[in-house]
Amino acid sequence: MQGRYSGDTGGLEERLLNLIERARGGSRALAGKLLSVLETPSPEAGVLLRLLIEKSGGNHVVGVTGIPGAGKSTLASQLIAEYRRRGLRVGVLAIDPSSPLSEGSLMADRLRMQRHATDPGVFIRSLASKGLLGGLSLAALAMVEALDAFGYDKIIVETVGVGQADVDILDVAHTILVVTMPGAGDDIQALKAGVMEIGDVYVLNKSDKPEAEQTLEFMKFALEAGTVSARHGWTPRLVKTSAVQGTGIPELADAIEEHRVFLEEKGLFAQRVEDRRVKLARLYARSLVDDMVEEIVGEKRAEILDTLRKSPDPYRSILDLVLEELRMRLQRL
Amino acid sequence: MKVFKAPLCIMCVPTYPPRGLPMPSLFSERELDEIEERLKRWEEGPLRRSLERYPERRDRFTTLSGIEVKRVYTPADLRDYDYFEKLGLPGEYPFTRGIHATMYRGRLWTMRMFSGFGTPEDTNRRLRFLIEHGETGLSLAFDFPTLLGIDSDDPRASGEVGVCGVAVDSLLDMEIIFRGIDMGQVTTNMTINPPAPILLSMYVAVAEKQGVPRDRIGGTVQNDPLKEFMAQKSYVYPPEAAVKIAMDVVEWSVKNLPKWNPISISGYHIREAGSTAVQELAFTLADGIEYVRHLKGRGMEVDEFAHRLSFFFDSHINFFEEIAKFRAARRMWARIMREWFGARKERSLWLRFHTQTAGVSLTAQQPWNNVVRTAIEALAAVLGGTQSLHTNALDEPFRVPSEFAAKLALRTQQIIAYETGVADTVDPLAGSYYVEWLTDKMEEEAWRYIERIEAMGGMTEAVKKGFPQKEISDASYRFQREVEEGRRHIVGVNIFVEEEDEELRNVPLLEIDQEEAERRQVERLRRLRSERDNALVERRLRELREVARRGENLMPYILEAVKAYATLGEITNALKEVYGEWVEPPII
Amino acid sequence: MSGLSLQSYEPRGRPPKTPKVLVAKLGLDGHDRGAKVVARALRDAGFDVVYTGIRQTPEQVVEAALQEDVDVIGISILSGAHIHHVSRLMELLRDLGEDIPVTVGGTIPLPDIPRLKEMGVREVFLPGTPLQVIVEKMRRLAEERQGARKI
Repeated sequence: MQGRYSGDTGGLEERLLNLIERARGGSRALAGKLLSVLETPSPEAGVLLRLLIEKSGGNHVVGVTGIPGAGKSTLASQLIAEYRRRGLRVGVLAIDPSSPLSEGSLMADRLRMQRHATDPGVFIRSLASKGLLGGLSLAALAMVEALDAFGYDKIIVETVGVGQADVDILDVAHTILVVTMPGAGDDIQALKAGVMEIGDVYVLNKSDKPEAEQTLEFMKFALEAGTVSARHGWTPRLVKTSAVQGTGIPELADAIEEHRVFLEEKGLFAQRVEDRRVKLARLYARSLVDDMVEEIVGEKRAEILDTLRKSPDPYRSILDLVLEELRMRLQRL
Repeated sequence: MKVFKAPLCIMCVPTYPPRGLPMPSLFSERELDEIEERLKRWEEGPLRRSLERYPERRDRFTTLSGIEVKRVYTPADLRDYDYFEKLGLPGEYPFTRGIHATMYRGRLWTMRMFSGFGTPEDTNRRLRFLIEHGETGLSLAFDFPTLLGIDSDDPRASGEVGVCGVAVDSLLDMEIIFRGIDMGQVTTNMTINPPAPILLSMYVAVAEKQGVPRDRIGGTVQNDPLKEFMAQKSYVYPPEAAVKIAMDVVEWSVKNLPKWNPISISGYHIREAGSTAVQELAFTLADGIEYVRHLKGRGMEVDEFAHRLSFFFDSHINFFEEIAKFRAARRMWARIMREWFGARKERSLWLRFHTQTAGVSLTAQQPWNNVVRTAIEALAAVLGGTQSLHTNALDEPFRVPSEFAAKLALRTQQIIAYETGVADTVDPLAGSYYVEWLTDKMEEEAWRYIERIEAMGGMTEAVKKGFPQKEISDASYRFQREVEEGRRHIVGVNIFVEEEDEELRNVPLLEIDQEEAERRQVERLRRLRSERDNALVERRLRELREVARRGENLMPYILEAVKAYATLGEITNALKEVYGEWVEPPII
Repeated sequence: MSGLSLQSYEPRGRPPKTPKVLVAKLGLDGHDRGAKVVARALRDAGFDVVYTGIRQTPEQVVEAALQEDVDVIGISILSGAHIHHVSRLMELLRDLGEDIPVTVGGTIPLPDIPRLKEMGVREVFLPGTPLQVIVEKMRRLAEERQGARKI
């Protein structure tokens, strides 16, 4: 029975290990296909994940977020170039927002990074927020393990920075970059506090614009006034860049590196890796239960409404109704 | 850089007469009231009876810009219409009726056919063929590597050399293109953008070799960088640098080539990228505004350069909308130049424009129909008062035109000019209630866009944000959906479709020996690089980079580099080192 | 088990996999109206679309297709250099042993259509092809590709 969990993982493991080795050895075609396996939780995906985790955990995950139009993709592209100059391999997950109106998605962030497409030391994968079972964050976290295991020294995760999925992905990155641009004061205010607060390195991009100084002052003030909290005693850095002209990029890479050293020294680096794996488990379990509850509630709509009208203890009765069914379904898995 | 800040909107344009006084109108109040009264009775009576018996074809009729078209127009649609403010006489402000007093009664428009393919030798033969057949102005099309400042021997050029136009790598090629053509007798339009200063320098250098004095060198370079970012997409440098370089060309030409049009501010590509007529009008004028502001920022007087700015529009298939667009464009530009920028010379207020019929309206299906489409579009351009015109060949959905197709396209213009009589009176559609209403409407909607762009800080900022790109992309998708859903008809595509399209199989196509063209260009470059004074080339390129860093006008240095036989690619790369290279924002 | 399929053990059975397409402009021309319209139409029809923009080389397109693991490659080209670029693209895919279906849209003279098909191009779309037709053909190619997927 093809694709069903057979219990026999012997042959499978061997084959997957071989594929992982080839992906580590530079086959980007296989790396691409293995990432696709991770898009959907399945027995094979599980085995693959375990094998990947045996090899991952040592590489540095850098989250990039910020206000729309601040030039995140161009900045990511420049950062890739800088890392390549430093002899590092770079994996990128470009997470695009998808159209809320439709089922599909249009992913174009890659466009800004396409010049690295043929560089064997760079791997770029786009991810859309729709159509992935268990959600985008789950797939993204599994893919981070994969890129890590494939030996990409720096893993850049680029997201829009709005919405729960983005925050889920971001807060397991080792280092978070928040990108903004001159004259964006109002936008910064408008940014979800959740995102603005998590930055380890703040980047003022397009700093060649005349309003740059003013925005820089504003950001300095915001950082000093403690509107952004420091994670584990790290003082957030502020870096000026111009991604189009390529200025400030080595300084940015240095600031990111400083943060990595800080994490290592405090023993936080490995802890973040653990955190992201626990998060993956949590997201998977939650998405599964969420989906089931959704279905059950749908099926038992009439009974629920009836219960709310008649039961002496409606909350208790809802639990009886839904949890009983949930238990049965979970057992059937 | 923004030294000069123009008022934000038309609301600031002084109106005539001052508010409070009664508006002079084409019709008296009494007459207008009576017309409205009669219209009401007509709607309740004859119209209603007619609609009951013969329902209309559609619920709504709209132009390509989505402007809803009424059943019938009357003087009541032109209430408060001030003839002198809106129209005036031909050759008079605001030039709605045309920039010249006699228009085509004096001189017909220039019939300019875009041509060029393969090697410089091929193009030289084609140009001489067109001159023999009565063409009055030359127009050069370049291949894609040339358009992007890439030499024919660059790996990226492989397969593209000579395909969509002629390949020009160095002064050598320009010398061949104009062999046997007296450059003092012809005017030449060169459709070239980022490498415009290089191609212009080559043209000037060859003309000088022919002994043509600078004040007799005539023609146009497109040299309009902003539209490249929103349409066409043959950008190289980032927007600010691109505008700076283009304005170097304008400034230098104004001072050195009195007959040269150093910029052709182009709506054509914006339209071909899928915009509406309103967007084409608005974005083109907004580009023009940005350039004028930049030149004034250099300390130039507006009357010193304004008469050298020229425009280039598309003529699409929605006949009246196109005519209204051309007329509105002239009126708006005259206002902008006079009221915003304080131009005083009459010629500074003129919107002179070249027109090309809409390539995007042509279909691969039943290709002979394209002759008819082109004829109608050409007629609209003439009725809209164009100064020069290119008519597309029927085989352009497939390839660069064959000689036969190019000739048929030229004949189409000649029939309009010499047989139809439409050129015998100036602006014959003026006073049509519909055309005047639509002209006003186009203007009104275009101003709305211009205001939004001004609020963003002008067009350079707007293209960096991706604003016009997004608007064009949305419009083009909307149009395609309308075609899909049968709300717009295209003969041969979604109506009167033929399963076995015999015509399609019988269109003769131009055969280009691409590989041979590429081989010859690469060989010529190889010889050039070994025979020229390479130390001199190096020195010229170094000077160019230094000048670019200092921010001075690049033109004199590019001219020197060209004369030393530095190649197009070498000069472009030197400038890229200084200015960087643009990658577009991901807007779909 | 002859190969590893992408089926899931989810209680609801295998979720329909969203077809994934790469839309790319091959060559130097910047006429991206058609590519963008098609990209949007595919998105609206439920595809995951990766758009790589203009001025792509065959090498860049192939790399992007592999890294993104797409089901179909949709090429748009209006520069007239389609034979040159597409033959290179097909050659690269063949050398890598990849059989991702490729479609080509743009200004293609009729005599060139059989030549492109001989190279292995699955569909050629001329100007005026209804979006519906493009979407359906792309969907069929994506399903075919997904059905044949093994790792």
